[in-house]
Formats: sequence, C-alpha cells, structure tokens
Amino acid sequence: MIMSGDMKLTLKVWRQKNSSAKGAFETYQVDGISKDMSFLEMFDVLNERLISEGKEPIAFDHDCREGICGMCSMYINGRAHGPWKGTTTCQLHMRAFNDGDTIVVEPWRSVAFPVVKDLVVNRSAFDRIIQAGGYISVNTGNAVDANSILIDKPDADKAFAAAACIGCGACVAACPNASAMLFTSAKVSHLALLPQGDPERKTRVNNMVRQMDIEGFGMCSNTGACEAECPKEISLENIARMNREYVSSVFAG
Amino acid sequence: MNEKWTNYKGSVKLVNPANKRKLEVIVVGTGLAGASAAASLGEMGYKVKAFCFQDSPRRAHSIAAQGGINAAKNYQNDGDSVHRLFYDTVKGGDYRAREANVHRLAEVSTSIIDQCVAQGVPLAREYGGLLSNRSFGGTQVQRTFYAAGQTGQQLLIGAYQALERQVALGNVEMFSRHEMLDVVTIEGKSRGIIARDLISGKLERHFGHAVLLCTGGYGNVFYLSTNAMGSNVTAAWKAHRKGAYFGNPCFTQIHPTCIPVSGDHQSKLTLMSESLRNDGRIWVPKMQNDPRPANQIPEEERDYYLERRYPAFGNLVPRDVASRAAKERCDAGYGVGASKMAVYLDYASAIERYGKTEANKRGLHNADKETIITLGKGVVAEKYGNLFEMYEKITGENPYEVPMRIYPAVHYTMGGLWVDYELMTTIPGLYCLGEANFSDHGANRLGASALMQGLADGYFVIPYTIGNYLADEIRTNSIPTDHPAFMEAEAAAQATIDRLMNIKGSKSVDYFHKRLGKIMWDKCGMARNEEGLKQAIAEIRQLQQEFWSDVRIPGDANGLNPELEKAGRVADFLELGELMCVDALNRNESCGGHFREESQTPDGEAERNDEDYAYVAAWEYKGNNQYDLHKEPLTFEVAKPSKRNYA
Ligand SMILES: Cc1cc2nc3c(=O)[nH]c(=O)nc-3n(C[C@H](O)[C@H](O)[C@H](O)COP(=O)(O)OP(=O)(O)OC[C@H]3O[C@@H](n4cnc5c(N)ncnc54)[C@H](O)[C@@H]3O)c2cc1C
Ligand code: SF4
Ligand code: FES
Repeated sequence: MIMSGDMKLTLKVWRQKNSSAKGAFETYQVDGISKDMSFLEMFDVLNERLISEGKEPIAFDHDCREGICGMCSMYINGRAHGPWKGTTTCQLHMRAFNDGDTIVVEPWRSVAFPVVKDLVVNRSAFDRIIQAGGYISVNTGNAVDANSILIDKPDADKAFAAAACIGCGACVAACPNASAMLFTSAKVSHLALLPQGDPERKTRVNNMVRQMDIEGFGMCSNTGACEAECPKEISLENIARMNREYVSSVFAG
Repeated sequence: MNEKWTNYKGSVKLVNPANKRKLEVIVVGTGLAGASAAASLGEMGYKVKAFCFQDSPRRAHSIAAQGGINAAKNYQNDGDSVHRLFYDTVKGGDYRAREANVHRLAEVSTSIIDQCVAQGVPLAREYGGLLSNRSFGGTQVQRTFYAAGQTGQQLLIGAYQALERQVALGNVEMFSRHEMLDVVTIEGKSRGIIARDLISGKLERHFGHAVLLCTGGYGNVFYLSTNAMGSNVTAAWKAHRKGAYFGNPCFTQIHPTCIPVSGDHQSKLTLMSESLRNDGRIWVPKMQNDPRPANQIPEEERDYYLERRYPAFGNLVPRDVASRAAKERCDAGYGVGASKMAVYLDYASAIERYGKTEANKRGLHNADKETIITLGKGVVAEKYGNLFEMYEKITGENPYEVPMRIYPAVHYTMGGLWVDYELMTTIPGLYCLGEANFSDHGANRLGASALMQGLADGYFVIPYTIGNYLADEIRTNSIPTDHPAFMEAEAAAQATIDRLMNIKGSKSVDYFHKRLGKIMWDKCGMARNEEGLKQAIAEIRQLQQEFWSDVRIPGDANGLNPELEKAGRVADFLELGELMCVDALNRNESCGGHFREESQTPDGEAERNDEDYAYVAAWEYKGNNQYDLHKEPLTFEVAKPSKRNYA
C-alpha cells in the first residue's frame, strides 16, 4: 500500500467552540500529505494527530464525499469550496496545492448561517425557503400516468440543470451581500419550467422570496460571485428567470 | 400470489380521518424510504415526527445513487411486465427473497414513476417529450428510468420537497441533526425512541404509537465502502438488541466498478457507475506482475477474463460474478496499478468503435485514425463525461488516454432487520423500510432496484400496512414520556455515552473502525470460508474488548462531538460484524453475494444449496455474544429455482 506523501502545509483554521463563543484562527503544521488525498482526507490526517495529542479535532460537515449531498462547506483561501471550478470541498484533491503552501480555512459566513462549531454552520434557513413553496402540491397516489405529461426536451434539460443544485450554500458564502438568490432561483426555475409546476407558479415565487428576506439573506447586486463558485455551476439565468416570475406574480395581483 | 397485494389492500383495516389525527408516528431516517413514508403519512393525517442525523433531510445517503430506478412500465414495448420484473428480481437475488414481497414491489413500481413525475422530478426525456429508459445491470429489457447520473438526488429531492410541504402544513415535525439511540418498548410494543440532539448533546424522549426505522444500510461495517461517511447500523442494531430479529446479515453486495484504494489515508471509495461496463472492456495482463504501463501491453498479451470466462454475458455479468472474477485475477498476481489490487476498464476500443460510426454518420469514409479517435472521444464524453471527470479529479489520470483502474468495493447490504409482509419487525409497532430491512433482494440486488424498493416501501406499502396495526391503537392515548420505560431507556443511553467518554484510552475511533473493516474485508468479504470466519469471530471479540478499554474520545458530550457520534456507531458495528460472520459461517452454501469457498463447482462458480439453505436466517439477540437462529423457509410457487448461469 502506498503510504503517506511528502507535502508539508501550514493550515490556518477557524476554531469556535459553539454558536455563542468567540472564534479565532489557529495555525497547524501538517506534513506527510499526499497529492492523492482529498482535502477532507487531509483534515482526517490532522484530526487523527490532534486526537493522539489529546486535543479536540476540528469539527466540519461532510457525508457523501462524492460531491452530491451538499454537506461539506469550507471556505478555502477566500473561496467557497476552494480553487477548483465546479467542485465541492470533498472532491477537491491535494493536487491543487503545492508543498509549503499556507491554506486558510473558514466556515461559510452569513448572518443567516450561524456557526455551530468550528467549520460547521446551520443552514436550516434553506429548508425553510423550500417549506415556503419549493414543491408541487401533489399527494401520494394522486398521480396520472407519467407519460401523459409531455415535456419538450430543451425545457426538461433546463429544469434538470436547475434541479442539480445541492443546497450547499456556497453561493451565499461567496456573495458579498450573502444573498440566497442563486439557490432560491434554482428551485423556482426547476419548477416553473415544468408543466406540473405551473398551477402554483405565482404563489411559489412570492412565498419563497418572502422567506428568503425573513431569513436575513442579503439583496442581489448581480456580482455573479455565486455562479463562479457554485460547485454545480448553476447559471445566473435562473436569477433572471426568478426576477421575471416575481415581477409577473406581483403585477398579476 | 398475483392477487395477494390487491386482496390485502381490499381487506386491510382502515383508520378514520378523525382518529388519524390522534395517532402519532415516528419516522427515523429521511432517505428515500423515510422521506416518502413521512410525507405520505403526513398527507394522510397522521401526526408524524421525522428524524435524521444530517443537517437537512435532503442530504441522506440516497442522494448519491447515480444509475437509475427500475419500473415495469414497458414504455419501450420490449416485452417488460410486472411478472418479468418480479421474476428477474427473484432470480437475480439467487432465490433467497420472499416471492410475495417481490411481486408487490414489481406491482407498485409503475406508480412510483407516476408519483415522481407529478412531483416534478426531472427524469430524462426523449425529443418527443416522453420519458427515456436505459438498460442497466445486464437485464434484457430497458426498464431503468434515470436523471443523468443523478437519479438518487432527483428522487430524494422530490421526496424531500413533499416532506417539507408537510412540515409547512404542520403535519410533520422535523428533527435534523438528531440521532436515534434506542427504541422504547412498553408491554412488548414499540412506543417511541430516545434521540440525541447532536448540537446540544441532550437526550430526548419521543413517543409514537408506531415507529418506522428507515435508517439505511450498514456497508460501513467494512470501514471502506461507497456509502456516505455517516451511514450506520445503530438504529437497526439497537432495535435488534431490544428484540427485533436481524435477517441474513451476511448478505453484502460488493460492486465491481469502484475507484481502487490509493493509500492508507483513504476514507471512502467512489463508485463508477455500472453503466460503464456497457461499453468498457475489462482486462489484466496475461503476465503476472507485468511492470509495463497499459498502453505498452500488446493486444495479444491482454486477458479479457470476463469475456473469456463468460462468453454469453462478457463484461455484463452480474455484480457478484464480476467482483469475484476481479479478485481472483488480482489474488493470482495479475493485478495492475501501484497496489496491484486493480484491473483495467478500458475505453480504447469503444472510442474507436464510436468514432467510426460517427465518421460514417458524417460521411467521412476514409477518416484517419486520429479523426476517428477524436470523434469517438466526443461520443464517449457525451455519454459518460461526468464520470470520466470525476475519475480524473480523484486519480489525476485522464481516462480518455489511459484505461481506468477499478476494483470491487462494498456497496449495499441486502441483509437487515427481518420484517413480515407488512414491513413490521418482530417487535409489534416497529417497522423497517428501505435498505435497512432484509426484504426484497435476497442474496444479491439488481442494479436500480434499491431506489425502487425504498420508494415502494415509503409511498405505497407502509401507508396501507400501518393502518392495519394502528386501527387497533385508536384507544391508546399518547403515553407521557416520563413513563418508566422511557426513563430507563434514556438512562441506559446516557450510561453508554458516559461509559464511552470515560474510557479515555489511547486510540482513536477510526483506529478501531479500520481494524474491524480489515477483518471483515479479508474474512467476510468477497470469499468466505469456515476457518477464516471462525478466526474473524475471535478477532472481533478481542477487538470489542480493546475498543471498550482503549478508545479515546476528546471533548465532552454536552455539544457537537463528531468523535462521540462515530464511537457509538463503531461500537454497534463491532457487534454487527460478529453476527455477520456467525451468519456467514452458518450458511455453508454460495448464493448471490455470499460465496463460501467450500461450496463451488470445479471451475470455481458459486454453488447454491436449496435443499439445506432455502431459508431466511433471522437472528435473535440473546446478549453476551449469543444469537439464536430462526429459519423462515422460502417456498417458490412461481419463480422456480434454477441455476444462475452466465457462461
Ligand atoms: C454510490 C451509490 C450509488 C447507488 N446507485 C444506485 C442506483 O443507481 N440505483 C439504485 O436503485 N440504488 C442505488 N444505490 C443504493 C441506494 O442508493 C440505497 O440503497 C438507498 O438509497 C437507501 O435508501 P434508504 O432510504 O433506505 O436509506 P438512506 O438514504 O441511507 O437514508 C438513511 C436515513 O437514515 C438516517 N439515519 C440513519 N441512522 C440514524 C439514526 N440512528 N438516527 C437518526 N437518523 C438516522 C439518515 O440521516 C438518513 O436520513 C446506490 C448506492 C450507492 C452507495
Ligand atoms: S446554487 Fe450552487 S452554490 Fe448555491 S446551494 Fe445550490 S449548488 Fe450550492
Ligand atoms: S460531502 Fe457530500 S458534497 Fe461534499
């Protein structure tokens, strides 16, 4: 079996005991890192060492480690999910860094995503935005035959592209205003592009936008930072579509 | 049997709407099985509480499923039917599943697709606007529905949205970042759970007239698997300790196409979709320990061992067969890559073949090789681009230029809590759905059937079967959670946490988990034998003792503590691992994913023994490393057992 590699790194990691404590950066030297490790495996190595030294390991969120669950969420060297485009933290590999690098790792920062501990934040605001209308109201058992609803492929493809959002929150973390427009618009678009979503179109966009404001997310000023950092490359077109949906819902009364 | 489910639905007891509002149901787990169950029961009017350990129900492990979901829609008019799906599933499971359950699964499969499309799940479509299908896992019909490589994600988000709608309506109360630590039983019935709020660290008592465990599979007992890091057996195991039988624990699925282990730092393994076997060719060098890179090994010195051994199915043999064949080659010294524990999955000939077709389509009849390859790469990128990219991110190698290296990895567990036709465990009022139960897949699961089963259980089975139980519970008032049974269960859970925290040993949780994984992989993995299993049992017992005297968990229990969470899970895996070996030792036959070296044909194929082992092994927990075996005989009225032959 190939053993560990030979990269040496300096890590500056945000440590915060709980949501009410004050946090601060701590510096760690790590060595024996191989280019084949994922970024989170590098954290595993550091955590194992901290445990052996009797210290508390760094808490961070993760689950699938395949880039699909949306749980991992590190702000790395000033970029949500780090340097690779279209990539979550868990899919980022140490090949992206060089021996001797200093890497700064922080949690997502947004009023609407309070820090729970170290790099772990509370993203339940996203669930509440979905509760406000991110669904189609159909009870189990009421469905018609699936092929009785025809959907033309271009619309189906666009809906699918919007539905690829993994709810990670990188868009909020990347945005100077901590806006949740990309996330919300991805869901509004996904459902608005499908005939099944049509009946609730107006109430949906209204309620979801209202909830977004209630949660304390900021305004969108079209910086495009969200799209640039989104691991699923969700397009800004979705924000434009949501704005149109919103305007037409307001003027339709 | 064809009528069993229809007749059942026609005669099952019902609960009237006014009474439903008084009945409380706890759903643990919000993957496909749990989210669909919680949403449906909420819609029906039950008072539901749902739990998951992630920060949101949208993140359950189901999200990672790539390939697709089966349904007997026969949209392609290629001869598919409920009967054929039923038959394929029973046969694929090597005749170790219950016929009636499988038939019901095939029957409701079609409604699942209708339901998901109505929810707005963006399944793949053709240009005419109709749904698209693909064939999957070597079946002869195209019955797999998919959403690019993200089928699980889209289906789960559909169920999640239905669930959040019920949360908004007040029918479901959602508890994220909560981990169930025990079931509470009162007078023999399941009446609630003890859960830990992972943020505050506090234990909570929750009452329910019935409890549903939808907590997923236990592949992580092997440490390395394709499962999400948090996937665990704790909920099922705690129920087992309280009296629920565990069915066929040793039935594990090892998936043939995963990215191989690259070093000791490895934390999980990544699946490369089965669909890659449709076009890729699998080979190893004919020479042992061949040091040459793949592209310097000439064609005649390559051993396309699947095509050689199984000419009829070639690279498309079922998962268990493909996995064992890879292991056989690597063990014999023909493996490739730095670790020599890998085989090649080669796209060179597919690229050339597609390139030629594409050149012809464009009227380039004398295209040079370079043009053909470029065109071929384009076609392959369209079909498999995202998988190739993922491979490159992880390995740093470009699979368009060099063959991928793959090796089998633990992927799915067919075993789980034993349930009856109504999905009830041996504890009245305690149900088990999805991968966590043992039901429909026998000794081997077919591709694209787990998503189908999870959603079948949650949307279309439990809404009926739970009524049959709850109809008799309408006079049971909510039991206050200061009832002694709740207090005792909470105290016991607290005592376990205190005990873990107070060991203050010298080794991390992962240290023990890795050691357990190695024992399981070496001795209860792709091939098993009596001697190895006996050794494994002894080693695991030893490891249990070491764990309970030497594990170190930093921090405290009054707040978020991921090491404590892992420790609780590994403690349960250590017991489950032992039971898996006990079960594997008892089953001295080879069937599906379970290969006993003592039971094979002269040319190394698995040999099933219907005379002695046509039963479900349901294990009862007796304490102190003792388990009693109960056998549920399997009889086959329709799908008569035959030999699985893929040669
Ligand atoms: C990489 C990969 C690809 C796959 N691809 C396919 C495919 O293409 N087609 C297919 O049919 N199948 C596929 N499968 C299998 C399939 O994804 C799973 O079997 C299925 O999704 C399991 O669903 P589930 O609802 O039973 O459990 P899960 O989705 O695992 O959900 C478990 C839930 O239980 C919760 N939970 C667990 N323990 C506790 C506890 N103690 N307290 C509180 N909550 C708890 C979790 O939070 C989670 O919500 C794949 C599996 C993998 C690993
Ligand atoms: S839009 Fe992109 S960045 Fe934002 S939550 Fe979705 S996947 Fe993450
Ligand atoms: S851990 Fe799931 S997306 Fe990163």
